[in-house]
Amino acid sequence: MSETRPALVLGPLLFNWPVDKWADFLARIADEADVDRVHVGEVVCSKREPFYADRLPEVIERLQRGGKTVVVDTLALVTLKRERALVADLAGLDGVEIEINDFTPLASLPADRRFAVSPLVNVYDEGTLGWLAARGAWSVCLPPELPFASIATMAAAGTALGVETQIFAFGRLPLAISGRCYHARIQGLAKDSCRYVCAEDPDGLDVDTLDGEAFLAINGVQTLSQSCVAALDEAERLIAAGVGAFRLSPQDCDMVAVAAAFRARLAGTIDGTEARAAIVAAGLKPPLGVPMMSGSWPATAGAPRA
Amino acid sequence: MNAPLAKTRPELVCPAGTPAAFRTAVEAGADAIYCGFRDETNARNFPGLNFDRSELAQSIRFAHDHGTKVLVAINTFPRAGATALWHKAVADAEDAGADAVILADLGLVAHAAVKHPNLRRHLSVQAAASNPDAIRFWVETFGIRRVVLPRILSVAEIAAINAEITCETEVFVFGGLCVMAEGRCSLSSHATGKSPNMQGVCSPPSHVVYKEEGDDLVAKLGAYTIDRTPKGVAAPYPTLCKGRFTAGTYQGHVFEDPVSLDAAMLIPPLVDAGVTAFKIEGRQRSRAYTQAVVAAFRKAVDDHLAGRPIAADMTRRLAEGQTTTAGAYKKTWR
Repeated sequence: MSETRPALVLGPLLFNWPVDKWADFLARIADEADVDRVHVGEVVCSKREPFYADRLPEVIERLQRGGKTVVVDTLALVTLKRERALVADLAGLDGVEIEINDFTPLASLPADRRFAVSPLVNVYDEGTLGWLAARGAWSVCLPPELPFASIATMAAAGTALGVETQIFAFGRLPLAISGRCYHARIQGLAKDSCRYVCAEDPDGLDVDTLDGEAFLAINGVQTLSQSCVAALDEAERLIAAGVGAFRLSPQDCDMVAVAAAFRARLAGTIDGTEARAAIVAAGLKPPLGVPMMSGSWPATAGAPRA
Repeated sequence: MNAPLAKTRPELVCPAGTPAAFRTAVEAGADAIYCGFRDETNARNFPGLNFDRSELAQSIRFAHDHGTKVLVAINTFPRAGATALWHKAVADAEDAGADAVILADLGLVAHAAVKHPNLRRHLSVQAAASNPDAIRFWVETFGIRRVVLPRILSVAEIAAINAEITCETEVFVFGGLCVMAEGRCSLSSHATGKSPNMQGVCSPPSHVVYKEEGDDLVAKLGAYTIDRTPKGVAAPYPTLCKGRFTAGTYQGHVFEDPVSLDAAMLIPPLVDAGVTAFKIEGRQRSRAYTQAVVAAFRKAVDDHLAGRPIAADMTRRLAEGQTTTAGAYKKTWR
């Protein structure tokens, strides 16, 4: 299996971590994590970006020294002038790969510049995949709501086009993005005067139903699943279908250990049960759930797997 | 930069879920009707709604006889391996005489631009083009003529967008209100396995259960409790993002109150902001509702064009007991 070894991709971090914690985390990933690529850059909220913008170059350099390919992500929802400028700047960045999180960057990305496509971009069918491939897409992480049959069709199409298809394999599922900040709203604040209250929840803030069921999580303007999916039992099936990369979205736990568990699982040296045990031992706090692609969704959504 | 003057008389774009509602909307004064085929190609894919091929062709003839345009919404994201169904919908809309198609999927827009170059292409709100750069990308690459703006922008931001782009804009003025960027929300998928992007449904009735528990009526979507009301109090429909939940020490409407959009009073500033078309949500609503809302907005737009003030509360009573909001058009909504 070494010839077709799927790539392990980590990031981008979706949550608002203090800048030192963020830099230490990525330094450890650079030095210790067995991953092929690391994504950096602010996807969720442009108000967070100034906190670590000046430290990004050193972090990127550290990751590259650690042998990782670095991919810089653009913002998911772009409305303000400052946000548009930020996106245009990233599109012009040299020496790193770039991943788009909506179609805004395609207005400024040079025709000869290749790019990756995030799971927040709607790539549901082979027509869209084909157009993006012709425009320069080399890797596409599929939307998390796609069922397995669609993933298989897209992976086959990607293989024919020479585009890597990737799945969102670990982390709280990104489900929605809004102009409104929910972290601010529940504190009686507005987005413009938010006091950065999202920083208090490094995994996002749990949203439970009135009956106490684990349901969703909020992360500023983003809504996620409360359960943390882990595509472990599906690994062989996904690899056989042509999926070329597995994305691990950072949660507030030992992500080096999570990456190691995925690497062993993808190599077939441990099974899903062993990999889940390793992830729980890594200190993951949200409940471990199954991905939507598994087909048993939504019956077991939010609930730890038996 | 000054806000540009309105390019034309604003167009009132009205929903039709059935041929009967279609005729009603035309007769009530719609400038354009939007509707969709009876399948997963449109984002209001509810049982008993929408148009088969011959109903659409007949309805379009009726509309054109009355000087009304017809926009066909083919605004879900094609199922991988089944894009032919969506391609056929575009071809059939053109054959039936549609004035435009409303599309969301990039691959489908690209297909329509190549295979149906003379068919006018509007970009659905589901494509979530939220700034001038993104809109320019769609216009310059695929010849999009009108973009339906996401319901996350303030009036000032809409004016700024119109000052920078060359295509028309359409905005929602009444009806259901998404709090998430449209086309970028899979909350419904998470709870029910059915989503707006794929199946054209959100919080579908097929997954709604009302259950009495003690003194409460519990409204569930799939396995999840979305709201709980004391018996005797009207229970809200469990639309996921309008439910009550617990988050930390907060308990209540985490995402949005059970409100609907009413921007009738904002018609003047939206016209000044250069908006070409005003859209009413509600293809799933009754014929009586369609009649009342279309007539009220016809009067509101005509009053504004004639220099008369728009009567406050004229549309408020149409919200069927729901509280209304101007949504993101007011910046404080965020």
